[in-house]
Amino acid sequence: MTRSKLISHVVKPLLFAVCLIPLLLLGIIDLGANPIETLTHHTGDWALRFLLITLAVTPLQKLTGIGEIVRVRRMLGLYAFFYAVLHAGIYFVLDQGLDFRAVVADVIERPYITIGFAVFLSLIPLAATSTNAMMRRLGGRRWKRLHRIVYLSALGAVVHFLWLVKADLREPLIYLAILLLLLAFRTAPLLTRFRSAVFSPDH
Amino acid sequence: MLIKKPDEIKSSELTDESVYKSRRRFLSAIAAATGLSIGGGYLLSGNAVGKPESNAKSDDARFADLPDGPYSTDEEVSEYSDVTTYNNFYELGTSKEAPARNAHQLITQPWSVTVSGECDKPGVYNLEDILDKQPLEDRIYRLRCVETWSAVIPWVGFSLADTLKRFQPNSKAKYVQFVTIHDPENLKTQNTRVLDWPYREGLRIDEAMHPLATLAVGMYGRILPNQNGAPLRLVVPWKYGFKSIKSIVAIHFTNEEPEATWNMLQPSEYGFYANVNPAVSHPRWSQSKERRLGEWLKRETLPFNGYAEQVAGLYSGMDLKKFF
Ligand code: HEM
Repeated sequence: MTRSKLISHVVKPLLFAVCLIPLLLLGIIDLGANPIETLTHHTGDWALRFLLITLAVTPLQKLTGIGEIVRVRRMLGLYAFFYAVLHAGIYFVLDQGLDFRAVVADVIERPYITIGFAVFLSLIPLAATSTNAMMRRLGGRRWKRLHRIVYLSALGAVVHFLWLVKADLREPLIYLAILLLLLAFRTAPLLTRFRSAVFSPDH
Repeated sequence: MLIKKPDEIKSSELTDESVYKSRRRFLSAIAAATGLSIGGGYLLSGNAVGKPESNAKSDDARFADLPDGPYSTDEEVSEYSDVTTYNNFYELGTSKEAPARNAHQLITQPWSVTVSGECDKPGVYNLEDILDKQPLEDRIYRLRCVETWSAVIPWVGFSLADTLKRFQPNSKAKYVQFVTIHDPENLKTQNTRVLDWPYREGLRIDEAMHPLATLAVGMYGRILPNQNGAPLRLVVPWKYGFKSIKSIVAIHFTNEEPEATWNMLQPSEYGFYANVNPAVSHPRWSQSKERRLGEWLKRETLPFNGYAEQVAGLYSGMDLKKFF
């Protein structure tokens, strides 16, 4: 089997199943004294983690030299959206009991909800344009530019987390560090190019 | 002749007693708790009230069949397993589950309380000295956390006022401060700067002298588990939970408003008074509703956590939006 076929026919379906484990876990683990909070935290954590995992694909591709890795990126991104939908849905249905006015008040008054909501909104066009047809319609360049939003989404999600924590910032700061590392990886080549453009001998 | 099936008898009796449902549940919780305690309960909960293990039984006897304390509620009490696994006690870890897991880090034996400041009887008091003269009561109170969850907990405790009076606060004692144990060697989180240790809280002296203000040494008819603030904690049911300081090692009478940990960390979010108030929302949480542990739907939050009738008078003339 070629590497390309291996990725499409084995790795991808396997990964698809693995990405469902966090959801399945919810049916197994003890949800504790405050189940709705556990559900909210669990799905929020995984939405953020999948965003970061998605962002790690390109660096991983560059590091390993395995170009085909990129074929799982879209699926991972959609999983981030999937868990974000669950997260927002649990908040809206279970936590707020479909109380639309309370939700609007939360979105307006609580900075961490405002930004969480903005992040959620920002993921919608990304998910919506993830089909091959949409990709073709937008054209590679425009599609790419649009999907750069995901960096802002991830940053927003980390800020959302930082903002909701009362005192112990350690966990969201770990996510921030990972995100910055991934960003550094993406911007490093740009910087090098910039530098070589500015300082190149023939300049 | 009609012979009743056993389950019929049972259900009719249940109907007759339905009024006492919550009370009975509580009693059975005690039975379960004491049943456990006679065995390894002491070791299980990893604590003691300053007494050797052999006295566990007598302590439990002392905790059983207590009269109800003032303004005890007859609402259904929360599950013991919920109240002991879902805790805010940063000394034992900052997640809700960590305190139960790290309960062993808190060493409650021996335990003494240092009393100082504006009073005539300062000194270092052994926990037993404080306990001995206090008649224990079942004080079944609502607890409302600023994070918008709540519970109903049958504390085993006694009057804070009666205890404080024994130290004879003088006329300059306008406030009283409480301090939690500081033991970074064992309490691992105290090696981080998550909070400005040791944890401190305070009350105005008239608040402290209110009959609802409680010092607790147990709950559900048994000794306080470490994660719930063993061996001695404050319970101020009309204020947000963070005022009800755990594992108290010092009591200090002062002339000025004392430092309080969350208030110091973020004064715009956590007031010194921190009275439960659905009308004043916290920047992170609307305070108008709360979720009882064990329930799915939220319920309305009541002013002063439902104790307005008893305590609102303490704040007459005060702008509660300003002194939140
Ligand atoms: C409509 C949008 C959103 C709403 C209303 C919302 C709401 C919430 C709420 C209520 C919490 C729990 C706060 C607490 O316990 O005090 C939370 C936690 C969290 N949310 Fe969101 N959120 C939204 C979108 C997102 C998105 C898009 C992400 C990530 C991509 C995300 C990631 C997280 C994370 C990581 C946590 C912390 C979980 C933890 O404490 O372990 N949220 N969110």
